[in-house]
Amino acid sequence: MAAKGIVVVKEEWCKGCNICAAVCPTQVLKLDKVKAIMTVAHPEKCIGCKQCEMICPDFCIYVFTPEEYEEIVSA
Amino acid sequence: MSTPNIPMEKIVEKKPYFKYLRLNKMPTIWCPGCGIGQAFRATCMALDELGIPNDKVAMVSGIGCSSRTPGYFDGFTLHTTHGRAPTFATGLKLARPELTTIVFTGDGDALAIGGNHFIHAARRNIDITVVLINNWIYGMTGGQVSPTTPTGSYATTTPYGNYEPQFDVAKLAIAAGATYVARGTAYHAMELKKLIMDGIKHKGFSLIEVLSPCTIVYGRKNRMSIEEMYFWFKENTIPVKAWEKLPEEKRAGKIPRGVLYHDDSRPEYTELYWQKVKELSGGEK
Ligand SMILES: Cc1ncc(C[n+]2csc(CCOP(=O)(O)OP(=O)(O)O)c2C)c(N)n1
Ligand code: SF4
Ligand code: SF4
Ligand code: SF4
Ligand SMILES: [Mg+2]
Repeated sequence: MAAKGIVVVKEEWCKGCNICAAVCPTQVLKLDKVKAIMTVAHPEKCIGCKQCEMICPDFCIYVFTPEEYEEIVSA
Repeated sequence: MSTPNIPMEKIVEKKPYFKYLRLNKMPTIWCPGCGIGQAFRATCMALDELGIPNDKVAMVSGIGCSSRTPGYFDGFTLHTTHGRAPTFATGLKLARPELTTIVFTGDGDALAIGGNHFIHAARRNIDITVVLINNWIYGMTGGQVSPTTPTGSYATTTPYGNYEPQFDVAKLAIAAGATYVARGTAYHAMELKKLIMDGIKHKGFSLIEVLSPCTIVYGRKNRMSIEEMYFWFKENTIPVKAWEKLPEEKRAGKIPRGVLYHDDSRPEYTELYWQKVKELSGGEK
């Protein structure tokens, strides 16, 4: 199934708190415990609910619609 | 999987509330998971939704982790002395009534050293929006007990557990004269944005208490993980409408969230002040 949301982590700001992964309903995210940085382990499972983005206290995880993402990367 | 680096301008374009961030100051100094960032985001989103331009907002703070917020805010900012943010904000608002004036403060800053300043700003019903980060502790100075530390929990200065009762911030503000009083949490992001938005729109003294995890200091002292702290807010708070319907015995341990008090009938202080100025100067300002 195609992902409904494209998740991007701004690694330089991420503090590895893991709260985004804890609220994600479909286990898209997985913490890299060595680097203390969030990673997108299962991008295909994203339902685009933005719960991760809305709970990240560090403004560093973003969810785009596939169309938005396409527009950004093709620009 | 590591994700591609998207230029910041593109993110700002898609997430318009990012225009209120001083991007060159990021990341913030706050500890991993600290809820202050949540209150800050909610405030930025509220301002964006209300369409208030950056140069029409002043953010004022005292001292503490929560009081570091204006350092990341791209608008007029004033980082003042411990506990005195409402006082500086009062002067600022009187001189520049056209500015949306927001105070970012903490439980120690607003209720311990600044208790007096806080209640008198509320009493005057001046049009200021106070976002009070209640993280139950003095975070910045390493975890001393505060006027809101829950009874029974641990701080560096209460190694045997806190045996003091605590302030109910909302009740205190209502009694002092605040005319908009709400409570949100760092877990309930969208609801918090709405509460802050309504607080900014309200003409008069608005208090939004934000229950927020001090993950590293309070969390460690009380053996709670970051996730446990966020989920604690989810499980132990309920919307005020549902709370009101609960029988007395079922309310124990449940904290109501939402708008707890709203009164539009009282005069606002800045208007009274300028009316008086006009009266005494015999005409125009
Ligand atoms: C006059 C004065 N007294 C004491 C201090 C030390 N001090 C700095 S922050 C702080 C407590 C802040 O607590 P709170 O407002 O809850 O902020 P938090 O860090 O928890 O967000 C204290 C006592 C100070 N900076 N100035
Ligand atoms: S948008 Fe929803 S499903 Fe997608 S990663 Fe974020 S929380 Fe998980
Ligand atoms: S919530 Fe934000 S800071 Fe915390 S791990 Fe997720 S992306 Fe990183
Ligand atoms: S000490 Fe507590 S309040 Fe201060 S930044 Fe760390 S987690 Fe946040
Ligand atoms: Mg505090």
